[in-house]
Amino acid sequence: MKPTSKLNRFWGMLLLAACITLSMGTLAWSDSDKWNEGGSKNKSEGGKAGSWGQTTGVAVVTNKLYAAECSACHFAYQPGFLPERSWVKIMGSLGDHFGENAKLDEPTRVSIENYLRGHAADHLPNRFSTSFLRSIKADASPLRISETGYFIRKHDEIPARMVRDNPKVRSFANCASCHGGAEKGSFDEDAVRIPGFASWED
Amino acid sequence: MKHLWLIPMLLLAGGAQAAEAVVQAQIAQYEQQGAKGADAARGMAAWNEQHMQANMQKMVSCATCHGSNLSLAGEHVRTAKRIEPMAPSVNPERLTDPAKIEKWFGRNCEWTIGRDCTAQEKADFLAFIQSK
Ligand code: HEC
Ligand code: HEC
Ligand code: HEC
Repeated sequence: MKPTSKLNRFWGMLLLAACITLSMGTLAWSDSDKWNEGGSKNKSEGGKAGSWGQTTGVAVVTNKLYAAECSACHFAYQPGFLPERSWVKIMGSLGDHFGENAKLDEPTRVSIENYLRGHAADHLPNRFSTSFLRSIKADASPLRISETGYFIRKHDEIPARMVRDNPKVRSFANCASCHGGAEKGSFDEDAVRIPGFASWED
Repeated sequence: MKHLWLIPMLLLAGGAQAAEAVVQAQIAQYEQQGAKGADAARGMAAWNEQHMQANMQKMVSCATCHGSNLSLAGEHVRTAKRIEPMAPSVNPERLTDPAKIEKWFGRNCEWTIGRDCTAQEKADFLAFIQSK
């Protein structure tokens, strides 16, 4: 081997190492900040519990594959809004998903289904998860969060002109259009703002 | 070894170039499947062509969700969810992942046209989007 090529190899390795270090740093950064921030008040507990403390209304989304694939057409609903059996049904019928084709390749589908099952309402103790779960009959597996008893009770006073006939909302499935903090797992009623309507109670 | 400097250059390269390489490779593949070249003008016409959507019971096109001006964000017609601009010149993430392109062709052709797109249609669509 000629000395120049040895030198080239040395610089090459150094570059490669630098690239790897850089990308790992980026990964670590997005892991720690992106999905947990503001999601729970008991961050200090650290570890797994920190990302879904009982203090939040609903646990924030922590899975990047789910966040990417299931947020293309709508808000990435927190898994804690439906029981495990509902998610299994949803993930088993992606070919006809509310009239859309939301099919995924099998490894992706299985990975997302596992995440949803593990973080479903019947496995997490958060406030809203418990409320939604209690409003669903034991033998029912609703496909929609917006058709559960608790959801209907909380939203039944909102007229159609603010939802279906509102071009900025269109559907109750569009949680984030009214709940500004939805992505952070915050659905508290005092933070609600319906686009185009100063106060929804008018 | 001599070309290792290419690594950081490639990492830094703009999105439009990244899309360009992916689009070229996709079009070459469509040509093997029977497409004859790729025509941006034909792609644009097909983009705006209206079809009856069975579930919606109304006329739709690709522009129904993505808009006709690809430099602007679109909006999902059913959920009102924002869809980032399709033009690689403003959104460098577009057309950089062959699997993602195929996944959405599969979903959107079926939804919009009511069937899979042909290799020729896909080639034309990519040429049209890439030109923006
Ligand atoms: C191709 C677009 C698309 C993709 C991708 C998609 N969805 Fe949907 N989803 C829809 C549409 C459209 C609706 C119905 C919205 C409406 O009625 O307003 C919907 C509704 C839902 C609802 C019910 C919302 C409600 O009313 O409470 C759930 C839950 C849901 N999707 C989960 C998922 C999951 C999980 C994934 C990822 C595997 C996913 N979606 C991916 C289009 C999509
Ligand atoms: C059209 C606007 C709108 C949409 C869309 C919407 N909500 Fe709401 N939501 C409200 C309003 C307004 C209230 C407050 C009701 C009240 O004050 O009693 C509320 C209340 C709630 C509550 C109870 C909050 C509390 O503190 O008790 C939860 C949980 C909730 N929404 C979840 C959701 C989820 C999940 C979605 C999407 C599947 C959604 N909402 C979609 C307007 C909306
Ligand atoms: C019902 C709404 C809807 C319609 C109609 C629609 N699309 Fe899409 N399309 C989407 C959504 C949602 C995405 C993914 C959004 C994202 O990546 O930000 C997408 C993504 C794509 C992508 C992937 C681009 C990339 O590389 O990121 C292509 C290509 C595409 N659409 C082409 C088309 C074509 C061609 C048509 C007409 C035949 C069409 N779409 C019609 C909703 C739609």
